[in-house]
Amino acid sequence: MSGTPEQQLEALAAARWRIALTLTVAMVALYFGFILLIAYAKPLLATRITAGLSLGILLGALVIVASWLLTWVYVRWANTHYDAALHRLR
Amino acid sequence: MTRIGEPNTVAMAFFFLFIASTLGITWWAARRTRTTEQFYAAGRRISAGQNGFALAGDYMSAASFLGIAGLVSTTGFDGLIYSTGWLVGWPVVLFLIAEPLRNLGKYTFADVVASRLSQTPVRLAAALGTLATVTFYLIAQMVGAGGLIRLMFGIRYELAIAIVGAAMIAYVLFGGMIATTWVQIVKAVLLLGGAAILATMVLMRYGMNPAALFAAAAERYGAGVLAPGGLVAKPLDAISLGIALMFGTAGLPHILMRVYTVPDAKAARQSVFYATGLIGVFYLMTFILGFGAMVLVGPDVIRGVEPGGNMAAPLLAERLGGTAFLGFIAAVAFATILAVVAGLTLSGAAALSHDLWVHVVRKDHADAAEQLRVARVATVLLGIVAVLLGITFKGQNVAFMVGLAFAIAASANFPALVLSIFWKRCSTAGAVASMVTGTVVTIGLILLSPTVQVDILHGTAWFPLKNPALVTVPLSFAVGVVVSLLWPAPEEVAGYANVARRMHLGAGTTEH
Repeated sequence: MSGTPEQQLEALAAARWRIALTLTVAMVALYFGFILLIAYAKPLLATRITAGLSLGILLGALVIVASWLLTWVYVRWANTHYDAALHRLR
Repeated sequence: MTRIGEPNTVAMAFFFLFIASTLGITWWAARRTRTTEQFYAAGRRISAGQNGFALAGDYMSAASFLGIAGLVSTTGFDGLIYSTGWLVGWPVVLFLIAEPLRNLGKYTFADVVASRLSQTPVRLAAALGTLATVTFYLIAQMVGAGGLIRLMFGIRYELAIAIVGAAMIAYVLFGGMIATTWVQIVKAVLLLGGAAILATMVLMRYGMNPAALFAAAAERYGAGVLAPGGLVAKPLDAISLGIALMFGTAGLPHILMRVYTVPDAKAARQSVFYATGLIGVFYLMTFILGFGAMVLVGPDVIRGVEPGGNMAAPLLAERLGGTAFLGFIAAVAFATILAVVAGLTLSGAAALSHDLWVHVVRKDHADAAEQLRVARVATVLLGIVAVLLGITFKGQNVAFMVGLAFAIAASANFPALVLSIFWKRCSTAGAVASMVTGTVVTIGLILLSPTVQVDILHGTAWFPLKNPALVTVPLSFAVGVVVSLLWPAPEEVAGYANVARRMHLGAGTTEH
């Protein structure tokens, strides 16, 4: 990053805000997408993939797995890029 | 055929062991609780891993453990809607709230909202939202606790409430946040361990393959148990509840308070990451437990013991491990309630003493000894109020109060917090209007909703949604923005530069 420390902090704040907002929107879209499927596509979610596994159960479990993945993406970005940039600013 | 409700020696033994060890922790913590920083924030020396467990402990209530397992055991797939809903707020806490909160605040979320705004009005409004959230959550937990303990141990409702109240006051009064944190950690380990043992015992019967368990359920109770049923009859109800759960999690005072117990923002971030993992595993396990109870115990037996299905997990434990294992799971459920009410009481006490007494009444002129004394008085007061509320609402249908608590947290606390952190032009008038609107309109709409008017009063509802969050969360954001623009405060806007700096760099770097 270049510029005065103030400009660098502003750029870093903007980057963090962009990532936080993108990931939040992704989480909202995933969960409410799941709810909307439950509401409007019941037969689709009843589809069986195997004898015991319906598409609905699979997607529900995937919402939980996706929550982990999104938090992991954020923590990885923050632990490397964000913390390093903060360290340079201190 | 079930021994639930009969005095259970193993349950009693585990229960007394839990009380004895947590009081031991409290005695140890009491000697380390001499300052307000230790009382409210455990001296900020809890590690990220420890706080991950403590956050999970604060959040995983008996209502979700017993309630979701019960819902799955009687309806199948529909319970999964709750399993996911209770988790999806945690990424939001991580992305938007945890680090700014840790860097900007001291003990409560009001510290953050008030950091560049006018202290007295902001603290008053934030205390209103906090106390409303905590009170409704406490009522639901206390009434649930009384009923649960009566059902499982066969002791009187009032006595059960008194035991919960006494133990909870002891933890918080003497051991403050240090004791409360360790009680949460012990509880989280017990609850996760108990659920894991139970889920493993279920899955061992199906070759460790969840799909085989689901197939057995479908074979016996029809393919419908694997597909969406009647729970989401009205899509708007499901979306509104989803909004309350997702954004309410990010506005729960007892959860937000936990980020202050770790040394820095990085540890706060890590701890929320760990908590998300633990809570996700827990809700996946409750889904297995629910299907296990459906197949191995049967929905009719479960409803026969308790119409709401809440005894599904204890019944499953009895079926798989006999009376001794039932006793263990019953004691774990009890520990779960006790830990959650302790966390709630501490956050309510912080709002009363730190926000209202120290900042509003004493205008920040209270010395350290007075602050600690007031915090302890507030703890005892809240504990007594919780016991009285628990007894007052005996036998009432209070399950909706958890949804109400989340709706208030999502509407009163979350929008003001987000606006004050991320929006430069947020003013005192805007933040206060947002918090007051969020609290008052949420309570008002739930009183007019089918939840109260139809389910409890058996009349007709004036407001269509069971949970008002779909209306109140956008409304609180809109009120906050519009009022901030109508009554701008240039000096507060100017203060934002400092807030933005501290949000990232922490309090130590205010002076450059």
